[in-house]
Amino acid sequence: MNLLVCISKTPETTAKIAFKDENSSFDTDGVQFIMNPYDEWYALVRALELKEQHGGKVIAINVGDSSNDPVIRKALAIGADEAVRVDIEATSSFFVAKQVAEYAKSNDIDIVFTGKETIDYNGAEVGGMIAEMLEQPYFSFASHMDHDGSTATVTRDIEGGVEVAEINGKFVISAAKGLAEQRIPNMRGIMMAKRKPLNVIPAVEAEGNVKVLSYELPPVKGGITMVDADDMDKLVKLLHEEAKVL
Amino acid sequence: MEKVIHRSNKSDLFKNHDYFGIDDLLTEEHKMIRDSVRTWVSKEVLPIIESCAEQNECPLHLYKQMGELGALGPSISAEYGGGGMDEITYGIIMQELERGDSGIRSMASVQGSLVMFPISKYGTEKQKSDYLPKLASGEIIGCFGLTEPDHGSNPGEMVTNIKDDGDAYILNGAKMWITNSPIADIAVVWAKDETNRIRGMVIEKGMKGFSAPKIEGKWSLRASITGELVFEDVRVPKENVFPDISGLKGPLSCLSKARYGISWGAIGAAMDCYDAALRYSQERIQFGRPIGQFQLTQKKLAEMITEITKAQLLVWRLGTLANQGKATPAQISMAKRNNVWIALQIAREARQIHGGMGITSEYPMMRHMMNLETVLTYEGTHDVHLLITGHDVTGLNAFS
Repeated sequence: MNLLVCISKTPETTAKIAFKDENSSFDTDGVQFIMNPYDEWYALVRALELKEQHGGKVIAINVGDSSNDPVIRKALAIGADEAVRVDIEATSSFFVAKQVAEYAKSNDIDIVFTGKETIDYNGAEVGGMIAEMLEQPYFSFASHMDHDGSTATVTRDIEGGVEVAEINGKFVISAAKGLAEQRIPNMRGIMMAKRKPLNVIPAVEAEGNVKVLSYELPPVKGGITMVDADDMDKLVKLLHEEAKVL
Repeated sequence: MEKVIHRSNKSDLFKNHDYFGIDDLLTEEHKMIRDSVRTWVSKEVLPIIESCAEQNECPLHLYKQMGELGALGPSISAEYGGGGMDEITYGIIMQELERGDSGIRSMASVQGSLVMFPISKYGTEKQKSDYLPKLASGEIIGCFGLTEPDHGSNPGEMVTNIKDDGDAYILNGAKMWITNSPIADIAVVWAKDETNRIRGMVIEKGMKGFSAPKIEGKWSLRASITGELVFEDVRVPKENVFPDISGLKGPLSCLSKARYGISWGAIGAAMDCYDAALRYSQERIQFGRPIGQFQLTQKKLAEMITEITKAQLLVWRLGTLANQGKATPAQISMAKRNNVWIALQIAREARQIHGGMGITSEYPMMRHMMNLETVLTYEGTHDVHLLITGHDVTGLNAFS
């Protein structure tokens, strides 16, 4: 089984977020980066478990420049057999999906894994786009998957419950909490990662038709105003005039 | 009564403290290993450590996890199950373990530096293949017997001895303050032979006449077990003795390795205390503002990060020298002495910043502080290390 896992680099969860170029791009100065947790903890580990169960190989794929290599090496340290980096800046979900889909097409990939979303832009778009480009079924927000080597049973988180589906053949899956349990890379894995292949390949052409105009931080949280329980008029007035929710 | 270890679900809010960008001096592997050990400590040590310390219970299940992680004997050759890594890696692992607790770091540093290191350096091929892979995986636990009830800073005067008896030696004597001894499967023991030379040997649990009682009543390193080693006519096969090393340089070389690890480890404890104090100073409001805004709090925090930064630079340079085989025992003494001392001071100051809250197990300072009182004394006391520096710079030995 050939398993392809999409690995994204995201800011560390406590990083202070700021923008530059008139708020049209993310200011990465001084920001520490990590592997997107949904990719690392769930997608990658479930792929490794499948390989351990049925054989085959796990390939980690990333779109970006060489500054992403430490994150890719971590995927190799956790257990991926090899890695591919498409050597170009990841400009949009569509652009990234196109790169991954092209690689999957030409490398006979059985299952493409993504995290359910990245924790920076939270688009949750790439998986669905890859599936469309590959003309394959897509299971988003998967919290459980069994695979007997030919048929997979996938449990998806849906609003208020779960959906269980079955699939024969190739598919794309996005991993939510529960799909697997985090594996911490050990020293042996970290040393072995140095010797595993990290292939850098050129990008394929894709329309870059999305342009981000601006980003905005959420409003700063205000203080708490205590209103006397007997003074409902004041509460209504505040909700109407200040909070503007009534 | 059976002890139940409680698992806390408190989040680990620790942030890395690297004021001088020392990360730029580390390799990608160093940083990845640090992150791995830090994550493991966060997931497996921190949720249980206060409960373990309160109940004086050693979390033995962590041995195999540390083995799996590669934290036991990381610089021992990979041929024998070690990690084959450099000295900076070893130091970083000790730092991260001690960010969790000095007792957990002690479990790993005794196993790696005081048991695996002498076996790998002085042991026979059979001793290496018999013991090292199992020690590296955490399948068996080791301890190290040098200190005696009447000979602490002066191990050369030890009275534990071996007498030749054909195909074996007869071992008699007692060792004291031995980390892990009651739970250890093997002990690396140093004893004098009939010509008064110090020899090293591996003693196995279950040998007739060998016992390892626990030392009770410790207020420090409560998540780690400490005991004695008692030998009454223990028959030690000659194949258990290290063949080619005699004299104090055998045990002292192990201590150098362990002290090196402690000089890194203490920074972990210091950073944990500083981290807690910095956060608390920004959250705790008195007189209408965060206490971090007051000059006396800032003085404490500024001095803490200054000392942590100096300590980090000291061990980075020491690790670089150690990688080149050039770190001297005197340099290691200076680093151990300085870094443990600053960590203890930082634990005390950080406790003060927390006010009354600082004395509870809600925060880590009291536990680190009590642990560091041991770390200040074991592996060469604070004062003895000072006199090693004194001897080194003057050429005059204060001990003779």
